[in-house]
Amino acid sequence: MAYVDAADHLADDAHAEPRSFLTRYVWSQDHKVIAVQYGGTAIVVGVVGLVLSNLMRLQIGFPGVFSFIDAERYYQFVTMHGMIMVIYLLTALFLGGFGNYLIPLMVGARDMVFPYMNMLSFWVYLLSVVVLMLSFFVPGGPTGAGWTLYPPQAILPGTPGHDGGIVLMLVSLVIFIVATTMGGLNYVTTVLQARAEGMTLLRMPLAVWGIFVATILALLAFPALFVSGIMMLLDKTLGTSFFMPALISLGQVSGHKGGSPLLFQHLFWFFGHPEVYIVALPAFGIVSDLISVHARKAIFGYRTMVWAIVVIGGLSFVVWAHHMFVSGMNPYFGFFFATSTLIIAVPTAIKVYNWVLTLWKGDIHLSVPMLFALAFLLTFVLGGLTGLFLGNVSVDIPLSGTYFVVAHFHMVMGVAPLLVVFGGIYHWFPKITGRMLDDRLGQLHFWVTFLGTYLIYFPMHYLGVLGMPRRYYNYENYDFIPASAHMLNVFITVVALIVGAMQIVFVFNLVWSTFRGARADANPWRAASLEWFTPHTPPRHGNWGAKLPVVHRWAYAYSVPGARADFIAQNAPPEAGGFEPQPHSSKGTAS
Amino acid sequence: MAVALVLLLIVVASLLFHWLTPWWLTPLASNWQRMDDTLTVTVLITGAFFAAIMLFLIYTVWRYRHRSGQRAAYEPENPRVERWLIGATTVGIVGLLAPGLAVYADYVHPPQDALVLEVLGQQWQWHYRFAGLSEKAGAKGSERLGGTDVRFVAPDNPFGLDPADPAALDNVLVTGNEVHLPIGRPVKVLLRSNDVLHDFFVPPFRARMNIVPGQLSTFWFTPTTAGRFEAMCAQLCGVGHSNMRGFVIVEPEADFRAWLAKQPTFAMALAARAAAPRSTDPLVARGGALAQSKGCVACHSIDGRTIVGPTWKGLFGKTETLVDGSSAKVDDEYLKRFIRDPAARPIKGFAPVMPKVDLSDAEVDALVAYIKAQTAN
Repeated sequence: MAYVDAADHLADDAHAEPRSFLTRYVWSQDHKVIAVQYGGTAIVVGVVGLVLSNLMRLQIGFPGVFSFIDAERYYQFVTMHGMIMVIYLLTALFLGGFGNYLIPLMVGARDMVFPYMNMLSFWVYLLSVVVLMLSFFVPGGPTGAGWTLYPPQAILPGTPGHDGGIVLMLVSLVIFIVATTMGGLNYVTTVLQARAEGMTLLRMPLAVWGIFVATILALLAFPALFVSGIMMLLDKTLGTSFFMPALISLGQVSGHKGGSPLLFQHLFWFFGHPEVYIVALPAFGIVSDLISVHARKAIFGYRTMVWAIVVIGGLSFVVWAHHMFVSGMNPYFGFFFATSTLIIAVPTAIKVYNWVLTLWKGDIHLSVPMLFALAFLLTFVLGGLTGLFLGNVSVDIPLSGTYFVVAHFHMVMGVAPLLVVFGGIYHWFPKITGRMLDDRLGQLHFWVTFLGTYLIYFPMHYLGVLGMPRRYYNYENYDFIPASAHMLNVFITVVALIVGAMQIVFVFNLVWSTFRGARADANPWRAASLEWFTPHTPPRHGNWGAKLPVVHRWAYAYSVPGARADFIAQNAPPEAGGFEPQPHSSKGTAS
Repeated sequence: MAVALVLLLIVVASLLFHWLTPWWLTPLASNWQRMDDTLTVTVLITGAFFAAIMLFLIYTVWRYRHRSGQRAAYEPENPRVERWLIGATTVGIVGLLAPGLAVYADYVHPPQDALVLEVLGQQWQWHYRFAGLSEKAGAKGSERLGGTDVRFVAPDNPFGLDPADPAALDNVLVTGNEVHLPIGRPVKVLLRSNDVLHDFFVPPFRARMNIVPGQLSTFWFTPTTAGRFEAMCAQLCGVGHSNMRGFVIVEPEADFRAWLAKQPTFAMALAARAAAPRSTDPLVARGGALAQSKGCVACHSIDGRTIVGPTWKGLFGKTETLVDGSSAKVDDEYLKRFIRDPAARPIKGFAPVMPKVDLSDAEVDALVAYIKAQTAN
């Protein structure tokens, strides 16, 4: 294993401490600064995505009242909201934000192994965001093709933003993937090569495991999006026909011939399904740590949890066509993909059991991070279960393309991971800034966000069962949609506006507490994992002072019988006990 | 503490909501009862799981909430419990999957004697085609559909039928958005598009499939209830997506055959095209060519049908009511301004989806002359 000798490490590997403001906070190569840059940018973009969703809801709740939302704008809002939230907010925040901050601190490294590339990763990400935002200002506006960007319509007249908008969207995605790849190589290499002495892979916190496996998924899945983006750009600009069959667009014969729209869908979902887990696995990992710390109890079935993460990650590459059950692909694929999809439910269910069994007989502190973790459990269980509807091909057929799908994926990969993001921010904020987030504002933010999102998405499933299709500008004159369904849409819109406004409280709390929050001590949650045992809070450049920590146990030594405190730090001397449970077969070498 | 109570409230309210919801499946109107049954099974299994795991969680949170002096137990694993949970979950998953796959096996095998209906999706309207029910073919009506190609597509041949294919001549073409089907007979739907993705979705039939340009896709169902059912597009197809409406009328076989006999065949459509008078005014002729090349005809008919936008037949000289309640007379000036900036003054009853088209002044004049000519005739 690649343990680095502590004494040599500082001299050889660590880059010099920056001296000027510019190199310290702007062109910084320090993973902690880059994490905040990534996180801050993602939150700003996320606010844009949130505003777009509220605008979209205004049209659905009050069709025709807001005359500036015409059909073109509506589809542009829908599209940009989806893409921003999935890619530029969640992916960037979990990998670039949490990954950057947590990995080196949790595995006991001084920094990422390629600090310069890490810095580059952020600036390239920022460039992709700028290019994306530019598309709001080109003639025709941003693309309105839906976040899935399905050709042929994405690049044909009849779809908003089919000229500049779609080109900038594709260029931005390609740039984003470059950034993710640079970051991803860094995270994977750091986990494999820069762990502190004693930090075996099976002693790493589950947060690191989740981010690590998600990063591997990203490195394998994003190339499929990359090539399909390039191919669609060629179809658009040079008139190639990768995805374009011979067709007539609004009365005009296009020059295309022989391409396959389904090829794009396969490539897109070969990326798109792992993408769900690129967002979900870090959330799984982080929430495991939140639950364990705040329930003062060792995570239940640690090794099963690790295996579940790895198995889910692996299976996520063979389920993609469950997004395409009614796409017109060979219908026999449905048997395979329904089966593989439902198999993935087994390791996922095990994770849920183990979270709940971690709480069982715990000492549950209902702090704000724990509240978010509990809200995650409810939301994720519901969102996961509705996935069993959509993954089971013959149940999916009537539900596909309806609001049931919208409700399902918002629950499972929108709200659930975001609840973990919030919980994680409340949990690690004192580490990052040395100050606590305000607790009362946190409670307010929690309750409104949790209850609000549930009120938005739970009833929405029923509109989908009724048959209301998604991505409709309006539902005028449909006899099968009763007036009560419109009333429900009004209700959902009102709640969505309240939840949206509540996020102002969160952003305010972040900004205010950074400068005025109560001082935090070094380990306010009395956690056992390594990141809480840096010599300084917030950690300084190089993280560990003169000497790297030495790890003697796993990150979950809570309430160990006979121990004086209810936690034992990972780097406490071996005499303190609290070692991880050993595998029952004698193969493992965990210590 | 509060959180345990609220979670309990949420779970109870969710179950109650499910019990009392006014929004559920539309009444089934096809043979796919088993799809609904699979949904019911899924609701029951997942609902029971949801309630069980949540109630256990709620009890745990309430029972083991922090109190001073309390210390958590140390139980980092329990392989026996984990094995049991894995086993039980697997059984539940098999219970969901097996009936689902059994239904799907039927879904991918359309009956041999099914009536073949072609649905052509086009931004933002529906067309339908039958092979033709000539008497000599008997009740089966199994004459084949004629060949098609995008290069044959023209305003008077939206299907792109090959005029040289003899099989095409008998095909029955339904260019309106409404189609009739006989009750109680399996229908195999062939789906085709000449522009972008669509999806022919009639919720009460349950069965459906995307429509993909460049290939055929298919599904089947048997209508079991007479009535008029709304069809809609359920795959985003551009700015007019939500206006892509159709209707399926399910009626007794005899009524269906009578209706079908009244629909024109491709041979009749060809004859009508040959007999149609050509305009002599060069400006009008140029406008007609522009209407086709710029794609106006995709939404505006000249025969009185409303497709997406208003028909041009008789449009000139009419008084239109605008969304803001005012009215405007359709004259030269109005038409020119509308074509230049369609979004500025939307018309009541039509979605404001018309795109701005790049046109020179001369081209706009030609178009207006053409629209005018549709009233003069």
